[in-house]
Amino acid sequence: MYVRHLQVTDFRSWAQADLAFEPGPSVLVGANGQGKTNLVEAIGYVATLSSHRVATDAPLIRQGAQRAVVRTAVVNEGRELLVELEITAGKANRARINRAQMPRPREVLGIIRTVLFAPEDLALVRGDPGERRRFMDDALVTRMPRMAGVRADYEKVLRQRGALLKSAGGRRGSSSADLSTLEVWDGHLAKHGAALLGARLDLVADLGPRLTAAYAGVAPESRPATIKYKSSLGDALPPEFGVPDGKRADLELLEVLLLQRLSEMRQQELDRGVCLVGPHRDELELVLGDHPAKGYASHGESWSFALALRLASCEVLRADGIEPVLILDDVFAELDRRRRTCLAEMAVGAEQVFVTAAVEEDVPRELTGAKYRVAGGEITRAE
Amino acid sequence: MYEGPVQDLIDELGRLPGIGPKSAQRIAFHLLSTEAADIGRLQDALQKVKEGVVFCEICGNVSEQAKCRICTDPRRDISLICVVEEPKDVLAIERTREFRGRYHVLGGALDPLSGVGPEQLRIRQLLTRIGTTEDGIEVKEVIIATDPNTEGEATATYLVRMLRDFPGLSVTRLASGLPMGGDLEFADELTLGRALSGRRSV
Ligand SMILES: Nc1ncnc2c1ncn2[C@@H]1O[C@H](COP(=O)(O)OP(=O)(O)OP(=O)(O)O)[C@@H](O)[C@H]1O
Ligand SMILES: [Mg+2]
Ligand SMILES: [Zn+2]
Repeated sequence: MYVRHLQVTDFRSWAQADLAFEPGPSVLVGANGQGKTNLVEAIGYVATLSSHRVATDAPLIRQGAQRAVVRTAVVNEGRELLVELEITAGKANRARINRAQMPRPREVLGIIRTVLFAPEDLALVRGDPGERRRFMDDALVTRMPRMAGVRADYEKVLRQRGALLKSAGGRRGSSSADLSTLEVWDGHLAKHGAALLGARLDLVADLGPRLTAAYAGVAPESRPATIKYKSSLGDALPPEFGVPDGKRADLELLEVLLLQRLSEMRQQELDRGVCLVGPHRDELELVLGDHPAKGYASHGESWSFALALRLASCEVLRADGIEPVLILDDVFAELDRRRRTCLAEMAVGAEQVFVTAAVEEDVPRELTGAKYRVAGGEITRAE
Repeated sequence: MYEGPVQDLIDELGRLPGIGPKSAQRIAFHLLSTEAADIGRLQDALQKVKEGVVFCEICGNVSEQAKCRICTDPRRDISLICVVEEPKDVLAIERTREFRGRYHVLGGALDPLSGVGPEQLRIRQLLTRIGTTEDGIEVKEVIIATDPNTEGEATATYLVRMLRDFPGLSVTRLASGLPMGGDLEFADELTLGRALSGRRSV
């Protein structure tokens, strides 16, 4: 797949921008703060309905404007689709595909699939577990767009159940009505939780060996890198799930295990008024040699690990038969020569790659292609 | 900002669901140019909606009388009850013309975040209704038609649990095909009709 056309209105610093692209590398160069990342961020937003830089939509809308619009024409196996998103802060976004209004923005997921590398990726290694859960869940949605629904359902059930735990726990001695509705929410939490957990376990099983290989390529002198899924089910999680050469996760079994764990933790949950069981408590452990990467890995190792995670998720998609659009945002300046080469080698194989860089010389020669100069609110195609 | 009463009117209208600031402004200026008699009728209607509307003592739907038109219609099948969240869902299902039984309006769905538990819904009334015969006729089937979203699904599960205690009662859920995460009200007639005829036992 590739993005043939991008048009934005009031997105970030751009009142208007209009760009045509071809398959292969597209390199956006220009001084700091000229709006290069803003452009690729718009492409990433259409792919994931979220930004790699901010958690809310408000900063995406140009200062003083009411709403931002991103239009993309995407070519997928010879078929072109026009995807339009209207982003309004604090309100539901609106999406159109080939000019037809969609009931929900979620419908556009899967039309463009991206893997985005950015300086923010360092947080995958250094940040709290939430960063790594988001990494897994974003990768899941790219892999299987219907997971966006599972994720949304799970989060909704979680919030409702959390509210119930808080109010039931706050009262002295929970009433039987509280408890019987709690069981209802348990059931729904377990059902959606099992779907999310199972998909994550399968993802981690597929990522694991590719991550180890990618890391060895990026940092051959370092210790071996591995990943391990750590579940709030603890030892109850069958050891053959989530590991290479293991078994695909059995969702029905996971649902039963989650229900069991919920009943074991019932009193603790009521006492504390929070949901203690479920994939929202889980962690993707990054291990370097015998140590967790977080807190032990050096700066360069942390970078290599983050890079290897992205490279591996790209390989997982390719193994699924999906050729994602790659977005390499400001990454080359942060990488040494070997790591640049690893990334470039993988990227040249992609159908389309977007590269942003402040210094043109930082972009590896393999990735020379269409070049766009971004300066003073203008974009010009350069030779 | 406009001055005084006009801005007040725009503000009030803007508070209504589905009306943004632009629509509020348009409606306000439309009303300004409307004949006094028409305004009078609107005023009356607004007044009566709070004073004159009662809830049907059987099904909980909005009604003019103590019992609504559907509950007093002798052609309706007393043995069949369709449980919905809101009065607007009754309208949606009526439009399909697929359903010949009666309704039970819960007045919402389980929603702990908004402090809505079973006690805040008309669930007890439903259980009483099912446990008593009317004209010697028992309730034989309950169709659960809560919204296909998180809260609606949880409410459905809860009802299924409560209704297990009635031997011989058949409990069904609207067949899938309704857009998930949606609102019953917005399902088109054909889809909703199909969901009704293809309902499944739970
Ligand atoms: N909502 C917004 N409204 C207006 N301007 C914005 C908005 N959000 C960001 N900007 C501006 O966009 C600019 C940053 O753009 P961007 O991050 O794309 O730069 P860049 O070209 O990638 O720079 P660098 O080379 O430093 O990465 C900043 O000057 C910032 O003030
Ligand atoms: Mg940038
Ligand atoms: Zn009635």
